[in-house]
Amino acid sequence: MNENSNLIISQNLSKKYNEHLAVDNLNISIKKGEIFGLLGPNGAGKSTIILMLLGLTEPTSGSISIGGYNSTKEPLKVKRITGYLPEKVGFYEDMSAMGNLAYTAELNNIPYREIPKKIDEVLEIVSLSKNKNQIVKTFSKGMKQRLGIADVLIKDPSLIIFDEPTEGLDVKVANQILQTILDLNREKGITFLLSSHQLNLIQRICTRVGILSRGKLINQGSVESLGRDLFGGGKYRIELELERVTDEIIEKLKKLDKVVSVNVSDKQLKIVCDKDIRQDISRLISNEGILMTRMDMKQDALEEIYLKYFKEE
Amino acid sequence: MRSILTIYRKELSDHFSSNKFLILLALIYIAGLSSTYVALSNIREAASSLDKHVFLYLFTTGGDVLPSFITFISFFVPIIGIIFGFDAINSERNSGNLSRVLSQPIYRDSLINGKFLAGITTLSIIIASIVFIISGIGLFSIGVPPTTEEILRIFFFIFLCVFYGGFWMGLSILFSITMEKTAASILTAIAIWIFLMFFLPIISNAIANSIVPLADDSTLTEIARNYSIENAISKISPATLFSESILVILMPVGGNLFSNSVAYLQSYDLLNSGEMILNPLTLGQSLIQVWPQLVVIVALAIICFAISYVIFMRQEIRST
Repeated sequence: MNENSNLIISQNLSKKYNEHLAVDNLNISIKKGEIFGLLGPNGAGKSTIILMLLGLTEPTSGSISIGGYNSTKEPLKVKRITGYLPEKVGFYEDMSAMGNLAYTAELNNIPYREIPKKIDEVLEIVSLSKNKNQIVKTFSKGMKQRLGIADVLIKDPSLIIFDEPTEGLDVKVANQILQTILDLNREKGITFLLSSHQLNLIQRICTRVGILSRGKLINQGSVESLGRDLFGGGKYRIELELERVTDEIIEKLKKLDKVVSVNVSDKQLKIVCDKDIRQDISRLISNEGILMTRMDMKQDALEEIYLKYFKEE
Repeated sequence: MRSILTIYRKELSDHFSSNKFLILLALIYIAGLSSTYVALSNIREAASSLDKHVFLYLFTTGGDVLPSFITFISFFVPIIGIIFGFDAINSERNSGNLSRVLSQPIYRDSLINGKFLAGITTLSIIIASIVFIISGIGLFSIGVPPTTEEILRIFFFIFLCVFYGGFWMGLSILFSITMEKTAASILTAIAIWIFLMFFLPIISNAIANSIVPLADDSTLTEIARNYSIENAISKISPATLFSESILVILMPVGGNLFSNSVAYLQSYDLLNSGEMILNPLTLGQSLIQVWPQLVVIVALAIICFAISYVIFMRQEIRST
């Protein structure tokens, strides 16, 4: 498999529960080494897709494969190369971190003599080496989440599916988890499929995002390209409020480098551009002797994209 | 296969280190040792000098205050079965372990098979250990070693207990699969046990009395018919089948009469007056007597587990 080959391929994938269509004709491909974010409100079909990926539920029609293995027909091969961390990661609370990891290692057919070394290795990655013999019920949520990462790393996966990786974690711990994901992606080349509601976090680390609504993938791509699709090009949107607006100033603003469009509404101007040009705008307005009362800049934040898609749901 | 063994070993170690195992073991040991003490005190009166199966009286002899060991066992085996099965799957699901474990490269049935086997092993160890302890104490106290037939009867008794417990375990595993909360699954299993153990005999008696009412001047035929109806209805309960089976297995002399109330009724006066003396049944004869009960108990255990298995295999595994 070369670097650019697809790790996950879903073709016309559908899942029906009685009359309810949970996943509707999903076509998606995720490349090896990507961090792909799956976004959508509750009931959009994210969990069903994950379950079908792991072979834990069968599609009604279509197919899905990971690393060339069909998830429905070869679930064991799929699960051998895929690590899954559910939103509510569960451990045997009365067992130590090492005990839990040893159990996972045995279920993955790792030779007994290699298990202790493997456990030390993965605990080192998530900085839990000192807590190796600690009972899991004494762990904080953040420690459990890190142990969850160690748990999926035991099998040296090509893909890690992470359901709400930072849900319920404080900012510091959430950042640590995201950094670990980035490190694993860069250093070990592990592909990640993240399902999350914490959009700003997804935005920070995902190379591509898929937006799901009522079982349908309504758009996919980088956050930037999704923004372009929705807001008509231009990565940045700068909003100004001026003391007075003249035709001359509008024309001059339009001529600034990287400006895509300028819209006027009363004393407010909305400038769409491909670069942060706030300094140029300030200088221009100041030179014209006009008083500027406000200036804000927005990138195509995933949250805005998300709200735009799901404002009716 | 390694995955079943891994799950089996883990479950077994969980059972042995759990408080519920220690509490059940302590209860069974207290009940077993108390009943042995009572049996040893009354064994001389209970066994006749001609009886060849004195050793088995250790298990079947009770006193005025404490019942016999087999009465205790009839009570405790379902409880052990229920306790080791009621949270098998729903606790895994509620703790978030189910989706994590099933996302490992194992077949889904490995989990339920490993859990059931570990539960059965634990149950077998509890039953076998107390039976062997009682046998050891009996050997020292009465000084009569068990005959080969008695040893075989004891093993059949353990076998029956394990399958009977297996039925209750299968039933409670079924509830642990179908019910979300562990409290609901244990309460449902206990409710069914209470109904079959305590209420079914009352209901079967009421039905028999409504079909064939008994009065002081009822004929023997009417009494026999009434008993037959009651007996037939109460056989719905695995508890009745188990009690009848262990009586026949552990009481070669007259044990079979308890499972046939009409025969018991007919021979009651003759036995009391000493005009009729019962010969002990051989092991083969005892097994023929309990064969239907034995088959039904084994079948019930298998059916319960099979239903649990099928439902679990078809069940949707959610991510949380």
